[in-house]
Amino acid sequence: MSDMLASAPEAPSLMTVRDLAVHIPTDAGVARILDGVSFTLPPGGSLGIVGESGCGKSTLLRAILGILPKGARVPQGQVLFQGQDILKTPVRGRIGFIPQDPYLSLNPVFRAGDQLLEGMRNHAPGTRDDHRKKLINLFHAVQLPEPQNALDKYPHQFSGGQRQRLLIAAALACDPDLVVADEPTTALDVTTQREILALLRSLISERNMGLLFVTHDFGVLSSVCEDVAVLYAGRVAEYGPTGNVLADPRHPYTRMLLACHPDRATDLIGIPGTVPAATAQPPGCRFHPRCPISRPNCAVAVPEAVRIFDGSRVACPYHADPLPEVALG
Amino acid sequence: MARYILKRVLLALPALLGLVLLTFVLTRVIPADPAAMLAGDAATPAQIADIRTRYGLDQPLWRQAVTHVRQVMTGDLGSSIFTGRPVAEEIGFRLPATLELTFAALFLSVLFGVPLGLLAALDHNGPVDQVVRLLSVGGLAIAGFWLAIMLQLVFSMELDLLPLRGRLDVALGTPPTVTGLYLLDSLLAGRLDMFGNALKHLVLPAVTLCLPGLASIARFTRSGVLETLQKDFVLYARAAGYSPFRLAAIYVLRNAVTVTVTQVGLLFGALISGAVAVEAIFDWPGLGTYAVQAILAADYKALLAVTLVVGVVYAVVNVLVDVAQALVDPRVAEQLK
Repeated sequence: MSDMLASAPEAPSLMTVRDLAVHIPTDAGVARILDGVSFTLPPGGSLGIVGESGCGKSTLLRAILGILPKGARVPQGQVLFQGQDILKTPVRGRIGFIPQDPYLSLNPVFRAGDQLLEGMRNHAPGTRDDHRKKLINLFHAVQLPEPQNALDKYPHQFSGGQRQRLLIAAALACDPDLVVADEPTTALDVTTQREILALLRSLISERNMGLLFVTHDFGVLSSVCEDVAVLYAGRVAEYGPTGNVLADPRHPYTRMLLACHPDRATDLIGIPGTVPAATAQPPGCRFHPRCPISRPNCAVAVPEAVRIFDGSRVACPYHADPLPEVALG
Repeated sequence: MARYILKRVLLALPALLGLVLLTFVLTRVIPADPAAMLAGDAATPAQIADIRTRYGLDQPLWRQAVTHVRQVMTGDLGSSIFTGRPVAEEIGFRLPATLELTFAALFLSVLFGVPLGLLAALDHNGPVDQVVRLLSVGGLAIAGFWLAIMLQLVFSMELDLLPLRGRLDVALGTPPTVTGLYLLDSLLAGRLDMFGNALKHLVLPAVTLCLPGLASIARFTRSGVLETLQKDFVLYARAAGYSPFRLAAIYVLRNAVTVTVTQVGLLFGALISGAVAVEAIFDWPGLGTYAVQAILAADYKALLAVTLVVGVVYAVVNVLVDVAQALVDPRVAEQLK
């Protein structure tokens, strides 16, 4: 794994995740949700995390936010945020969080203000009045209608798009250096999705914040993130500048995943099989049971990350081999 | 909110009318003939017929029903066919006794049930959870009359800490009636000695009566908290840095008790019927004992009145529960619009 880190060792980093593993003991055995995940995010940079459901995207975010589920263990790895290992000393307030589902992420029985001010109450200096003023200003920035009254309304009095604007405002409220977003637009309709993404992009770049953006939508990815890490079964399959990865995917998984995308595929076909259960990860390369070009060695050796060019790497020694036509549709 | 309350009250009215009619029909289909019972074993058929005419029992059923509804509407619950005393007067004295007892039991159920349920949920499958589970199974399983007698044996007979029976020591007299609730009336009269005495009398019956309710409230709160803890907004709240105490006791609990509040409404019916046995054991001069006497004597006037009054109390409690629910969960009030 060490050469994964070699991509930019001296470059300034906002967040460096190093060889991170998260295991959760279950009745069916230990679920190895994440296993040796590494990436670097420069200050003001934006990194997309893509992968199928169950590949460990959400767990990665929860590790970064310090809200791993009860019983989760971190047997190895570091999450360095501005040089500080936040697995040991959690940082609060300097990382903003935009959750996945605006409908489910606000408690229906409390006023919006009671919930959105809580982060500032815990992490930002100033009085409640200061916090209210600041949040209302942010409501203007996120173009929320009637920003003055928004704090006193209940969540069900907002539409989905409005709720996501509330959550974006709250994520920015403590002036974080990094914003972590977990598929923030999947619950919204396409038009709203586009508006929210444009808004998020401009707010983040105005404030020169870093962005860690989880998604399974390549269209969204290319419009928001400079870099991308493709996650498969708890490992990084491929990592690099978004443009490069999308134009020239190397890992068989990325290639097939992109071929599944309806905008790109002529005939829509899926990747055969499913993501393995986290309690029963296959040995060697975790993708090999589904891989059309897997070789006997793939079931034995964990593939090392191969540098393709500067800032790009792929965890497959056979990344230059062509895939059979049928696998790509 | 006012509109919401008004709407709930209006919805309760048809139910009450239904109750008046249904109870009336029920008292007429029971096999005992009140005229015959009133006339006594030695009565001649002519005497029985006379009584029947005097009480209007010879009228067609629908006419009796109309008369009954009209009387009830004007607040006239009739007189007991045995004692001749107005039923309303009797109930006016006994209802507060029952209410004092049931509300005390309800208060204890909530006071201990909610925190126990919360603690159990926070220690899901841990030792606290196991103990609470055991207690709540016990609370539901233990027969009230057995527990009542055990409590009397220990706390009254052995330890001599609490009185055995009644609402107040006879020597103290009674507080001037304002609400009929001794705890409240004694305070209003400034009689702290009387308040303490009434409170002591209340402890054992209320504890006996509260156990099943406490158990079910603990269980409902527990499952409500467990369910709420799975929600996305709890994850979001954790990320916002809620302290574990604030998260559990304020943020999560308010969602969880929406289920519990509904439960309280249902529970109230169980409390009133449970009060019958408890009142008998502790010689508590409430509606329960009155109802038992009325049943045994086939005193249909008294019986109808008791059923009706309990029904009204139940309806009022449920309106209160609905209001409480709207206060806890703002979406409830809007759904009814």
